[in-house]
Order: sequence, then C-alpha cells, then structure tokens
Amino acid sequence: MSTLVAPKKEAADSLDNYKNLNDNNKVYQTKELNLWYGSNHALKQINLDIYENEVTAIIGPSGCGKSTYIKALNRMIEMVPSVKTSGEIQYRGRNIFDKRYGVEELRTKVGMVFQKPNPFPKSIYENVVYGPRIHGIRDKKVLNQIVEKSLKGAALWDEVKDRLQDNAYGLSGGQQQRLCIARCLAIEPDVILMDEPTSALDPISTLKVEELVQVLKKEYSIIIVTHNMQQAARISDRTAFFLNGEVVEFAETDKIFSNPTDKRTEDYITGRFG
Amino acid sequence: MKLINHDQVLKKMSPRKWKNSVFKGLFMLATAFALVVLAILLYRIITQGIGYLDWQFLQSLPSRDPEQAGIKTALIGTIWLMGVVAPVTLILGVGTAIYLEEYASKNKFTSLIQINISNLAGVPSIVFGLLGLTVFVRALTLGTSVLAAGLTMSLLVLPIIIVASQEAIRSVPMELREASFGMGANKWQTIVRVVMPAALPGILTGAILALSRAIGETAPLVVLGLPLFLAFLPQSVFDMFTVLPMQIYNWTSRPQEEFHAVAAGGIIVLLVMLIVMNSIAVLIRNKFQKRY
Repeated sequence: MSTLVAPKKEAADSLDNYKNLNDNNKVYQTKELNLWYGSNHALKQINLDIYENEVTAIIGPSGCGKSTYIKALNRMIEMVPSVKTSGEIQYRGRNIFDKRYGVEELRTKVGMVFQKPNPFPKSIYENVVYGPRIHGIRDKKVLNQIVEKSLKGAALWDEVKDRLQDNAYGLSGGQQQRLCIARCLAIEPDVILMDEPTSALDPISTLKVEELVQVLKKEYSIIIVTHNMQQAARISDRTAFFLNGEVVEFAETDKIFSNPTDKRTEDYITGRFG
Repeated sequence: MKLINHDQVLKKMSPRKWKNSVFKGLFMLATAFALVVLAILLYRIITQGIGYLDWQFLQSLPSRDPEQAGIKTALIGTIWLMGVVAPVTLILGVGTAIYLEEYASKNKFTSLIQINISNLAGVPSIVFGLLGLTVFVRALTLGTSVLAAGLTMSLLVLPIIIVASQEAIRSVPMELREASFGMGANKWQTIVRVVMPAALPGILTGAILALSRAIGETAPLVVLGLPLFLAFLPQSVFDMFTVLPMQIYNWTSRPQEEFHAVAAGGIIVLLVMLIVMNSIAVLIRNKFQKRY
C-alpha cells in the first residue's frame, strides 16, 4: 500500500509546475456545462479542466452526477434519450458537442472502461482486436502486435498468453476488467475514462487495477469515477467533488483530503454523509 | 410479548400441507390430460398409417388407388413453399426487428407499429388467406402459384419471427453495445459484430418455429384455391402446387376407408418433419446459448 502513496507525494510537488503551464496541458476543458435528463437538471454549470498525464478522480455520493459527467466526456450520455446539454466540453481545443465533430472520431481518442466488466462473448484475442478491426486494421501481424502490447499494458499478458483463443468469459472478474482495459488500450487512446472500474471487483483485483492506473498515467490521461474515497486518495493527482450536479471543489488530491476549502467536502470525506 | 402463537401455527400445519398436495395433484392432472390426448392421437395415427409408410409412398404421385397413392407432389410442394417463405420472412422479419430495436426512436408511431405487429400474430390465418387471394392471386395475377402462396404464408408468420427476433435482440445486454460504441464503432458495426452474433440463436429459433407454423397451416391455402389433387410437380415459383396438409385434407375427405389410412401416413410424414425442425431449433438454442 505504501508504494502506492509514495509517488503521489512527488506528483503533488510537481503540481506547482503545472500552474505555470498553458492550456496545452489541458486535455479537457469544461465550460459552463449544463445537462438535463428531460426536466431533471443533472449537471449544473460545470467548469472543470482535465490535465494531461494525470489521474483525475471524481468523487461524490450516488446521484451527484459524476457518472453523467464522465459519460458526457465521450458523449456516451447521448445513448439516453431526452438528454439535453448547454455549454461546452472542449477536447484538445475542440468543442465535442459541435455538430461537425464525429462521435466515432472522439471515441477513438477517448477510451472507456465501465463499471461492470463487459467483455464480448468472444475469445480473448477477438476482444482485444475488436477496436482496431472496427477502424479498419486487417493486417494479421499488426493485430498480433497490438494484442501483445495491449495485454502487456493491462498487466494481463502473462496470465493469458497461452490461451488467447479461449472465451473471455472463462476469466475471473478482475481479469475480465483488465481485459476491458486492454481492449481500450488497443485503440491507442489519448484519454481513458473509467466509470467505477473496481466497484465489481474483489480487493486484490482492485489493487491490481489501481497499480495499473499508476503505470498507465505515464502515457495516458485518466479520469476515474469512484465511490471509494481511499481509492481516490491513493491513485489520483486531482480530485473533483461533485454534489447534487455541481462541482463543489476541484483541487489537488492532497489538498482536498488534507485541507478542503468547502465545508461540504470536509463533511463528505470525513464520512459525515454519503 | 410474542405476537405469534406457535402452538396455533403447528395446529394449522397439516391442513396447509394437505392443501398443497391437492393443488399439486390438480396441476399434474392438467398436464396428464394434454399428454394422454396427445398419446392417443399419436397411437391412432401411427397404427393406422405405418403400414402405408415406405419409400414408395414418399416417391409416388397421388392416385385414385389407395395402394398406389403417394405423397411426392405434396412433399416437394411443401419444400418449394419453404423455399419462398424462409428467405422472405428472414429478410423482412429480421430487418424489421433490427430497425425497431436498434434504430427507431421510441415514439407514438413506433409503439403503434409494435402493437400492430403483436396483434397481427393473433389474426386468424384464414384472414391472411383472404388477403393473399385479393392481393397476390388476383391483383398481382400470380394465380395459385408457389409464389402467391409463399408470400401469403410469409405474411402469416412474419409477426412470429419479428417478435422472436426483437426479443433476441433486446436480450443482448446494453453493456456489450456500450463497449462497442465506446471504442468508436458506429451503429452498423455494432449490430453486425456484437448484436447479431449474440442474438442469432434466438432469431434462428424463432425462424424455425415460424417455418413449422407455415408447414402446418392449411386454411389460408384453401382460400387461395390450391388444388387438392395434383399429379405433377412445380417447375418454377409460378407453377401450381400443393402441400402436405392439403393432401392430407384431401385424403381424409374421401369416402373410402383406405384413404384414411393413407392420410395417417401423410400425417406421420408431416409430424416427423415438424419434430425434426423443432429439434433443430432446440439444438441451436442449446448450442449457442451464452451466459452474460
């Protein structure tokens, strides 16, 4: 556990440097985002920036809009009928709600890992090459390389390299979730969205995924929604606290957990509600 | 203070158990009734018809002489009919199901379509016969051809295959679609690569059940005016033909006792065909059934 906390301290120190940097380091800039499910105002005036090669945790009680927000980042939220939005989410400087911005294009850059492991009922190999195949890669050699690289990236290669043709449903829950991460890495995204990726996993599998996140952030920018405040404290560089569809506080994780500005944040992280 | 008196509860225990076994018996009786009727039916048909059932019976044309009468025209006619019904219903039915489940937005219009499809499944088959007579036989002047009958039968079983396919598509977990969309797949890619493979067993099961229904139906074909006696085979979809149930109906309506036995032989052929098809449906379902 201590190894997990240590690098975070360094990250916190280097955060001061980030303050001088310009918008190039921002992967996402959310500007006055509002979102409604029908008449239910689910996100209110969200302003939030996501930084490159960092882990940004989103915490908050159930129904606070944290899942809605992360699903807005790759426009997955549009699968729900009757969703309306106002405001902007800029990904690398472009508004993703722009009509000319193809949603498929966005999602090749922004991968997602879901709450429940959701591998396809196909072989391990087929699961990983799904994304590349979708995007027209047919060369067997390239696909094989992608499979190895992605599974290694998701720390699953050693466990499955001898049974790539086996059905993914034969894997344990934790392995399935890492397979889903590998599947996501296979499209070589820029950002990885994780919607409570460990809530269906046992503690050991959870630890593995957390360790993986620490490694992955060197190459990717990661946004993780979590119910587990210790998890947010362990793995993230910045934390956003959502409550009733609003961002109550957004700051470096250390600051949020040691010295929160807002009374409601303090109440939440000390377990007084939620 | 205790609110439940356990002595009282124990006293009432035996009438409760008795009631339970009475109802168990009643439900068993209900099941047995259906089974007994089926068994009697099968026994009568098999004892009557088995004598006529041989290779020659399958290969002979119908005849006025019961000893010579065969089922060839009807058997080949049924296969021709399936040749039209299977592709038409699969393409139209699965297409409709995909559109309704994956593409159509849920509004009043689509729910109206949905209600109508479900209602069509309950429309008496003879009504479809009248429709077929008006549209295909007369308006499109297809006559009592394989094509006209095939299209009529397709309309009859379309609701079955649409509803079955819709259920199969709906049972594919949303998470799998999300996974696909999340990697930048579009709707068509998701349907072809994720939804259809997962829904295929359900769709095939529905298709085979629909075809079984089409094989056994007689009423709409009577309305279309299919011949009861035909001594030649169809050469194309525009030719006249007859099918197994029509042939059986013809034989049973003859006065000679021998023909009733021939009819029983025909029924056995029809039943074997249905059992084989239903078994295939079950096999497909078991083989491809996946847990999510």
